[in-house]
Amino acid sequence: MTMAELSSNLLYVAFVAYLIATFVFGGAVRGNKEGSFKSEGRWGKVAFIVTLIGFLSHLGYFITRWAATGHAPLSNMFEFTTAFGMTLVGGFIVLYLLYKTPVLGMIVLPVALLIIAFASMFPSEVSPLIPALQTNWLAIHVSTVVIAEGILAISAGAGLVYLLKVVDMNKKSKQRFWLEAIMYSLVVVMGFVIASSYFSLTGYQADFTYVNKDGNESSITYNMPPLVGMNEYTSLTEGAMEPFFETPAIINASKITTVLWSFFVGTILYWLIRLVARRRIAAIFKPFVKNVSLQLMDEINYRAVIIGFPLFTLGALIFAMIWAQIAWSRFWGWDPKEVWALITWLFYAAYLHLRLGKGWHGEKSAWLGVVGFAIIMFNLVAVNLIIAGLHSYA
Amino acid sequence: MAEDKKAKKTNRKRNRAFMRLAILSMLVLAIGYTIYNSVTADDVEVLKVGDKAPDFALEDMEGNRHKLSDYKGEGVFLNFWGTWCEPCVKEMPAMDRQYKEYEEQGVHILAVNIAQSDFEVQSFADRFDLSFPIAIDRSKSVMTAYNIRPLPTTVLVNPEGDIQRIVTGEMSEQDIKGFMEEIKPQ
Amino acid sequence: MGKMQCKCGHVNPPGTILCESCGRSLTEEEQNKKLADMRYEGTARRSQTYNKSIIDKIWNFFSSVKVGVSIIVILLIAAAIGTILPQAQYVNVPVRNDATIKAYYADVYGEIGKIYHFLGFHDLYSSAWFILLVGMLAISLIVASLDRFVPLYRSLKNQRVLRHPSFMNKQRIYAEGPAPEDSMQKAEEKLKDLKYKVTLDKNGLLAEKGRFSRWGPYVNHIGLIIFLFGVMLRMMPGFYVDETLWIREGETRAIPDAPGYFLENKNFTMETYTGEGEDAKFEEAIDRVGTVAKNYQTDIVLYQTPEESLPGATDELEEVEEHAIRVNQPLKFDGYAVYQMDFRQNELRAMTFDLTNKETEESLGSLTIDLVSPEKSYDLGNDTRVDLLGYYPDFSGFENGEPQTETPIPNNPGFLVRMFTPETPDGEVSFIVIQNTIEPLGENQYKLTFQNAETRDVSGLTIRKDSTLPILGLGGLIFMIGVAQGMYFNHRRFWIQKQEDGGLVLAGHTNKNWYGLKKDLDQVSEFASLPPYIDQQEEIEKQEKLEKEQKLEGDELS
Repeated sequence: MTMAELSSNLLYVAFVAYLIATFVFGGAVRGNKEGSFKSEGRWGKVAFIVTLIGFLSHLGYFITRWAATGHAPLSNMFEFTTAFGMTLVGGFIVLYLLYKTPVLGMIVLPVALLIIAFASMFPSEVSPLIPALQTNWLAIHVSTVVIAEGILAISAGAGLVYLLKVVDMNKKSKQRFWLEAIMYSLVVVMGFVIASSYFSLTGYQADFTYVNKDGNESSITYNMPPLVGMNEYTSLTEGAMEPFFETPAIINASKITTVLWSFFVGTILYWLIRLVARRRIAAIFKPFVKNVSLQLMDEINYRAVIIGFPLFTLGALIFAMIWAQIAWSRFWGWDPKEVWALITWLFYAAYLHLRLGKGWHGEKSAWLGVVGFAIIMFNLVAVNLIIAGLHSYA
Repeated sequence: MAEDKKAKKTNRKRNRAFMRLAILSMLVLAIGYTIYNSVTADDVEVLKVGDKAPDFALEDMEGNRHKLSDYKGEGVFLNFWGTWCEPCVKEMPAMDRQYKEYEEQGVHILAVNIAQSDFEVQSFADRFDLSFPIAIDRSKSVMTAYNIRPLPTTVLVNPEGDIQRIVTGEMSEQDIKGFMEEIKPQ
Repeated sequence: MGKMQCKCGHVNPPGTILCESCGRSLTEEEQNKKLADMRYEGTARRSQTYNKSIIDKIWNFFSSVKVGVSIIVILLIAAAIGTILPQAQYVNVPVRNDATIKAYYADVYGEIGKIYHFLGFHDLYSSAWFILLVGMLAISLIVASLDRFVPLYRSLKNQRVLRHPSFMNKQRIYAEGPAPEDSMQKAEEKLKDLKYKVTLDKNGLLAEKGRFSRWGPYVNHIGLIIFLFGVMLRMMPGFYVDETLWIREGETRAIPDAPGYFLENKNFTMETYTGEGEDAKFEEAIDRVGTVAKNYQTDIVLYQTPEESLPGATDELEEVEEHAIRVNQPLKFDGYAVYQMDFRQNELRAMTFDLTNKETEESLGSLTIDLVSPEKSYDLGNDTRVDLLGYYPDFSGFENGEPQTETPIPNNPGFLVRMFTPETPDGEVSFIVIQNTIEPLGENQYKLTFQNAETRDVSGLTIRKDSTLPILGLGGLIFMIGVAQGMYFNHRRFWIQKQEDGGLVLAGHTNKNWYGLKKDLDQVSEFASLPPYIDQQEEIEKQEKLEKEQKLEGDELS
């Protein structure tokens, strides 16, 4: 077995371990009928040990991949996102050790699973580093950022648990709508994973030529049936479906197609779940969060921000500026990724001031935690894939 | 006693208001100046009229060394040019005519070519039969010192060694004559 | 608003919530609360107390958290808007000016692009209103910090050990009940063990730890202000150098804005990953994405002229060092840094021609024209020579019969030559450009045929000098110290009082991490047999939950 193979096997092990741990955490919480911490603690401990095994295996993936590629495996979408999944679990482990809350694992681990699955949809072969990335700052800057984001995401996890408990799913309200929207968006990510896995397993490919925004002829390969066509496209693959409509040159219709498929599959999946469970997804979790201490969730939410914010400042702003000064000759250039790091930072600064200065505890704080995670994910996914800039490496 | 207290209070109040005013106005000034700077950032030039003309030493095509400070007390008409620049080509003959007129009156012309080959510069000079000295700034160091961007740029140095005028773009013979008058030693 | 005298006799500044001396609630609102508001120790934020003149009003405006957060949120939204379309600096136009950039937005992004440009969002981050917003944030930082720091500092400095019962029982952590005689001494001992600073007064005890963490927010605000000050300085002329230098292999050039320094470009290299040898592991990735750059490098020699030397005199250059400038490895000297930023490959350097007979295609010899320093005449021997009459590096056409050159760069070199051979001793005139020969004075017997060319690369280097970097670095460092101080440490306090009946009253407070506070208290309680404590916040929550459930049951019954 080569180092690279060992590495990807370790990642599988981690994935399976997290999957098992999710259910054991769920069982620990659900089985705790009388609300005593004892029964929760026993199964919680088992689940935690499984999580720990998964995390060590994940760490093993990271180290062996580092050895295989010769650089910190943080240089493309697959590597960064996989590492984000790892630090998310790492953040959970730290806070579990502090607060012993199985319910947090039940929420965080599925999200970590989704993130790892999302990551594996990107090309995962060992890729070389372009000159700008050939420095130790890659490891220093990106690893600090990814750790900080993992911890900040825990804040969202605790916030989500808080909301699942506190939002009344039987009464129509804005809160109910948005909470369900969060659940729906998680299902859409699953839709993306299912759609891309299906089409890549069946080996779907459709080639097109089109006219790009500079007026030149280019070619593109769709990996999903083309719902939307590129600007002035011509199909090269026989039997491929005819796109429903054409888009202007500035839009990458192949990416739009992927997004549409994800929503399509995700929406079907969402309604399937709702039909089977005969209730909203957020309502399915209600019995799991019955015994949750709101105050504890609020404290975890806040604590995670407190630990994550300084790290985020250090990694995403200070280290980033030092590296940018070395590689690009300027510490700040208003590149979209930089701007979104600043936005994330400003957002958490606002969170802290609202909490300390305006007394935004509890539900408000929980919502803010979730929004913060949404901004982080936007910076990770949308800014890399949609907004072109110096940081787009996927 | 009570009055004393009251006086103290008004005093404190006045101090406080003064402090606040001072801090706020300082900040407003700083921000205003920053905005002013950012809005006018593009217009900033390193070299201005009235500045001391940076000294330099260049060798002309004949091998004579020209040091700007040697011309103290006389006017120097410093023309930066290149063979590819059309307006430069156009104004050269006029410059040559005026040079013959003003050379004796203490106005020197030095045409500084921007890092072209000897061959190109020499054939250009031969073609127009130019009589004023031409030097090649091979490392672009004089160009850098004078912060020259567009060509042609003409820097007029007066007898005091200060920059009298900076002209960018083509000059008519009339202009050239006028400029020569400006820097003619009295 | 007047001064507020507490029942204990202490006179508090107007706006105070909790008496500075004994801790009694001073306002009615506060008295009705179950838990005391411990933010800023219940002191008056200075600004709230005076609201008279216009200066006071402006001051109060910037002092408010609401305003501060609003500015942050507006900045955040503005920053996001700037990423919808690329900023003008990242837009690629052949000729850069306002008109072409405007046209670019309209052409590429259509109506949306036009509006975006019209609103000035293409240059959002250096627009006056964006800078104004950042400036307002700076004012808010300074004013709000001053307003809160001063009273907080005073009140923490003058802490009393003995607090009023109403202060004690409104703390989140609270305990009362009988305790053994030696509890106080033992608690003191244990608290000291746990690194608390303990002060005693009559029948009371105050234990305190980590007070410095309370200054964290002010320290990090100072860091931010220093950083913003650095940014402001940077916008003033002369604080930083940002120049571009295009330098060809073999050239020596003055470094712009670095008087007395020269660079010689020895060699430019661009390498790509081959997918073989030690790059074999990357083969799959290279197959997928095509070529991947491995290295951009300019080998340079840095020279300096002696101090008394003048610009223009380059014969006395002294070598300072040799360096390979690569991405991430700039050349550094004297506060300057030179970066590898760009390159152009394969610019013509020299061209070789054969002088051939047009009919027999027989060659009379070859000549190489060095485009950097062409010669007047090239002698091929045997009464054969080629005279160069004119050289036009970037030939663009004729004007009045005279060949023109567009730029000094050899993009399309044209040569006007006169060819002498034994057969044509008077010479034949020919004009040669790439793949074309013009014979202006009639049909020739001979021609110059292009054989091969030598090329060279051009390195695009960026020269930077930034005198504000130390200020920015200092600001960043202080900020980090501030956040670490404020967030990784917390201010924990316990108040214990012995009652006349021998029982104890205990209250605990921390600005964050209640979990840690409780862990400390658990240890002290066990050691000193203190009465069991309750977390009043949790009690309140339980109470509310109970009420809610009862209400639900009630609803179901009815």
